[in-house]
Amino acid sequence: MNWQPSASTETLRARAHLLAQIRQFFHQRNAFEVDVPVLGVTGVTDLHIDSIAAQCNGGEFFLQSSPEYFMKRLLAAGSGDIYCLGKAFRDGEAGSRHNPEFTLLEWYRVGWDEHRLMEEVAELLRHLLPDSLPLHKFSYGELFLQHTGLNPHTVALQNLQTLAGEVTGNPAFNEPRSTCLDAIFSFAIEPKLPDGLVLVYDYPQCQAALARIQPDNNGQPVARRFEAFLNGMELANGYWELTCPKEQARRFEDDRQQRRTAGKAEIEADGKLLAAMQSGMPECAGVALGVDRLLMQLLGEQSIEAVMAFPLSQV
Amino acid sequence: MANYSTNEFRSGLKVMLDGDPCSIVENEFVKPGKGQAFNRVKLRNLKSGRVWERTFKSGEQLEGADVMDTDMQYLYNDGEMWHFMEPNTFEQHQADEKAVGDAAQWLKEQDTCIVTLYNGAPLSVTPPNHVELEIVETDPGLRGDTAQGGNKPATLSTGAVVKVPLFLNIGEVVKVDTRTGEYQGRAKAD
Repeated sequence: MNWQPSASTETLRARAHLLAQIRQFFHQRNAFEVDVPVLGVTGVTDLHIDSIAAQCNGGEFFLQSSPEYFMKRLLAAGSGDIYCLGKAFRDGEAGSRHNPEFTLLEWYRVGWDEHRLMEEVAELLRHLLPDSLPLHKFSYGELFLQHTGLNPHTVALQNLQTLAGEVTGNPAFNEPRSTCLDAIFSFAIEPKLPDGLVLVYDYPQCQAALARIQPDNNGQPVARRFEAFLNGMELANGYWELTCPKEQARRFEDDRQQRRTAGKAEIEADGKLLAAMQSGMPECAGVALGVDRLLMQLLGEQSIEAVMAFPLSQV
Repeated sequence: MANYSTNEFRSGLKVMLDGDPCSIVENEFVKPGKGQAFNRVKLRNLKSGRVWERTFKSGEQLEGADVMDTDMQYLYNDGEMWHFMEPNTFEQHQADEKAVGDAAQWLKEQDTCIVTLYNGAPLSVTPPNHVELEIVETDPGLRGDTAQGGNKPATLSTGAVVKVPLFLNIGEVVKVDTRTGEYQGRAKAD
């Protein structure tokens, strides 16, 4: 029987060192660590993230797909700058870069916008990576235009479907706008990103998630969301956070509607998060970063299983 | 046949795609953190041998293909068809030139091959990894040249032409790797 861990002891030591270095970085910068629950009353309403249900004390709970809602409640309670380094869970995600249970670093900076936070992501990575780190910053729009010749914000759905059909080898790609964008970005853009740290900002409105939407310099409404890619691998996702409870409630409802249309499990909106936002959540920016993937990059590993003690296939 | 979802796609699984039976070669899970999950799949079309790359939304399904790999003994060629027999049932199958393809040059009577059946009919033939065949034509051997490199073409009893060392002669039996077409050595005398 194969009971052994899938990561070497050397790798597990490197993981411990990485976690210590992350804590040291935030300690030096006056953000304090919060230890929030993994079990929550609601799951996430996001169409493309499935929470894992768990039974506890006779009731149904959900393993959290990120510490976001609990952390936002702490922010509304006046915590100030906080970070969380812990486990997150997403059902159905398994592959060379995915394990259903993984380690997430999430942090919030009060009074910052996403551009200031992007700088801190770069500073963190410089603190952690031994070699110098080339930095590239692109808006989603300019990157998309450069690689496809299309404006992702304004292009007609039909044209997006045609291109998505080409990159997936599936001529009848009759999918919604956001799915087309995901396919094109994943298969036609991400593999061509330069090495080093690539920060992509100003996402299309249909991919706003929990970022606020504002017009860019050209008057085009964009989501104030960013992603970080390290040597072509998606590493982090951040927002200039939505703080308006009405808009938050509307996004929850949109998500729930989309889940219904897709025939996915019904997930309640998180009432306590909405109540916290009603009482007043400070203006802030937040970001979540995949620690296992960061370790893969640090050690040059191609598989997430190689950096985990016991991936799902071996628990 | 049963349907298979993308998360069940394993290397070797046989599925139908665009009306043709295919074998899954590789299945890669791709998902942007906040976005749609995809499976980027490589499949070998079992009719043409060509490898297709196709991306599915995770959770999409394909119908299973009625494809079975069966060990069979090669019997003979009647000039048009190649005849095989299942050793347990003695059931015979006939494969045409399209199904046999390049395997024809390695087929020696009585050797056991893998015949891939699709809906019960031969779709392709895989010869044994190693075959032992007699040289029927080659330039005369050069004595004392066993250590030197260098080789020459030799025609084998099945029609295959392989490169063999210079010292080998007509009538000798050689061992060949059918996957690479490379000479492996002289067959050991029984």
